[in-house]
Amino acid sequence: MHFEFDESLALIRSSAREFARREILPQATEIDRSGQIPRNILQGLAELGMMGVAIPEAWGGAGATPIAYVAAMIEIAKACASTAVTMAVNNMVGEVLLRFGSEAQKERYLSKLASGQVLAASFALSEPESGSDPGSMRTTARREGKGWLIEGQKQWITSGDFASFFIVWARTGGNDPALQGPRGISCFIVESQAPGLSIGHHERKMGLRGSSTVALHFEKVWVPEDALLGELHGGFKIAMSALDGGRIGIAAQAIGIAEAALEEAIEYAKERHAFGRPIADYQAIQWMIADSRTELDAATLLAYRAAFLKTQGRPFTREAAMAKLFATEAAWRVVDRALQIHGGYGYVAEYDVERHYRDVRVTRIYEGTSEIQRLVIARSLLRGQI
Amino acid sequence: MHFELTEEQRMIQSMARDFAEREVAPKARELDRTGRWPNELVKRMGELGLMGLVVPEEYGGSGADTVSYALAMEEISRACASTGVIMSVQNSLVCEPLLRFGNEEQKRRFLVPLARGEKLGCFGLTEPASGSDAAHMATIAEDRGEHFILNGAKNWITNGPHADLIIVFAAFDPSLGAKGTVALIVERGTPGFTQAPPDEKMGIHAAHSCTVFFDNVKVPRENMLGEKGMGFKIAMITLDGGRIGIAAQAIGIARAAFEKALEYAKVRKAFGEVIANKQAIQFMLADMATELDAARLLTLRAAWMKDKGMRHTRESSMAKLFASEAATRITHKAIQIHGGYGYSTEYDVERHYRDARITEIYEGTSEIQRLVIATQTLKS
Repeated sequence: MHFEFDESLALIRSSAREFARREILPQATEIDRSGQIPRNILQGLAELGMMGVAIPEAWGGAGATPIAYVAAMIEIAKACASTAVTMAVNNMVGEVLLRFGSEAQKERYLSKLASGQVLAASFALSEPESGSDPGSMRTTARREGKGWLIEGQKQWITSGDFASFFIVWARTGGNDPALQGPRGISCFIVESQAPGLSIGHHERKMGLRGSSTVALHFEKVWVPEDALLGELHGGFKIAMSALDGGRIGIAAQAIGIAEAALEEAIEYAKERHAFGRPIADYQAIQWMIADSRTELDAATLLAYRAAFLKTQGRPFTREAAMAKLFATEAAWRVVDRALQIHGGYGYVAEYDVERHYRDVRVTRIYEGTSEIQRLVIARSLLRGQI
Repeated sequence: MHFELTEEQRMIQSMARDFAEREVAPKARELDRTGRWPNELVKRMGELGLMGLVVPEEYGGSGADTVSYALAMEEISRACASTGVIMSVQNSLVCEPLLRFGNEEQKRRFLVPLARGEKLGCFGLTEPASGSDAAHMATIAEDRGEHFILNGAKNWITNGPHADLIIVFAAFDPSLGAKGTVALIVERGTPGFTQAPPDEKMGIHAAHSCTVFFDNVKVPRENMLGEKGMGFKIAMITLDGGRIGIAAQAIGIARAAFEKALEYAKVRKAFGEVIANKQAIQFMLADMATELDAARLLTLRAAWMKDKGMRHTRESSMAKLFASEAATRITHKAIQIHGGYGYSTEYDVERHYRDARITEIYEGTSEIQRLVIATQTLKS
């Protein structure tokens, strides 16, 4: 047991930190306001290997570990949560391709994504009426010639309006009673140019405004046979395993946002005076700082523990859910306290903490709500895995 | 970043678990009910090397690391929190300062029998009128050259009624504040050193504590631990380590309650199915398990830093703060899951709930931990 960063880990962290400070942070307010992340930021992240941190170098990634991914994600999210979620989704799509893709699919999609030849890819699982319960999805894919015809709608698709391709889940069981619910779902790669695929509603969100979130409409979108990713009817498993890894990323994102807020709150508390003293001298403020620091450290340890298990190739479903649940709920409390420490200034857009407060809220919702994380943890406990 | 225990750490953990399950747990309920001092368990812990875990073998200890100590504390406290704190005081508050600040003769004379478990020690810092504000002590050690004359009282002294010696902190010059303090070793039987009857407490019934009195006690100078003026510093450094032990104790208590709640939820039926099928119960279990893991990671990190010789004041405080408050929440939920049975002494969770509460108070209240964490965070 040790809690040190080895050299390669420290290197990735410092390169992420440098880039975040130099290139992203100065733009963060503008990204939030304009709703767009400048291309050069995404390009720069890809050049540093951040769009495929745990993807081998042979496929254009950084060839690092899930632990390094956590370290890098925290640094990027500290500067800008919108940029961080774009990075998180690219990494998650990359890992799905790495794990389940054919050589040809890796060649065609993974290399380009991890190396930054394409700026983004999307993960299209949720639907207007199926979020926590993806087994109930309605989008279908049926055989048509030497391929598949996809029909349906997807919702909350991060980076959807500029993604080059999508990983799309659809029902392939038809009316077969054995292939209903989670069983009859398959996974496809759909290119953004595919006829019949259109971008729907652009969501207006409380936070993460720099990251695009759209609906996707599939009207008789034909994809060839080799668009199938993994096994036929094996899509649900792919989604679940991708989300296990994704949850570690969102835990790290939440930690990053909260670290930024706490840092700002500490600075503010040292400068702001009330009743003749800096407010940092008051226990009311000190207690908030102590609780925030403690909860953030606990969250960070949970995230690294899950990433460590993933790195070791061991089961980590429960640990990833714990990391995501604890980190996102803690981050929310930390950012709330940071805003409180800022007083009225915390409520105005002039201070970054107002943005952090809006940004952090979604981490308790996407890639599995807190409620889903608790279900995952409880199921694993009740199965006797103590 | 590596979260695997070493072979040796796992061995100590499983040795402690075996002992706790076989010899401690079967007695825990009786110990709580009667408040009997578990002399036989204290002796057994000595034989197993649990009384001086991190003390090198040459001084009678097990030569283990602090990570192993935390793991062992968790196992013992899972069976019986009283036995856990007896072990924690001996290891963290008595053996550690002797190992760290004692001279060779003091180590031979006092540490060896303590680490072997042949003798029992206690730690005297808190006073009737000074707890969190430990530097303002009213116990006075008048320096007479060859010896100190000690006068005053210390209270809540765990192991006090049975200890063979006490490490006691006193002021030789109150005008100097923390710098005017000294740590002295006082042996049982020294004239003027007396003990009040054991305190009556909400929990940890078998871990006896009491007030101790010093009435013109003559303490030879060779019993001074460290330098004159270092008393408060020795106390604070000792508590940095002690907090790791109490964090581990809290985790042990909480784990016991969690495991029992999980088992109960699987068998208790309501509305035609086991209550474990209900989300209300599942969500409590999920939160309990998550907080337990978080608390353990914080604790093992602090222990690891201590082993590395790194400054771990803040990390120990975080571990202690989080683990003890989590233990209160977890034991609370365990009772809730048990319903009325949880409130009855027939089930162990009622004991765990009472036992957990003290971990938020002793070896630095939650408020003191927050003060330490905030001060250190604002400094960095």
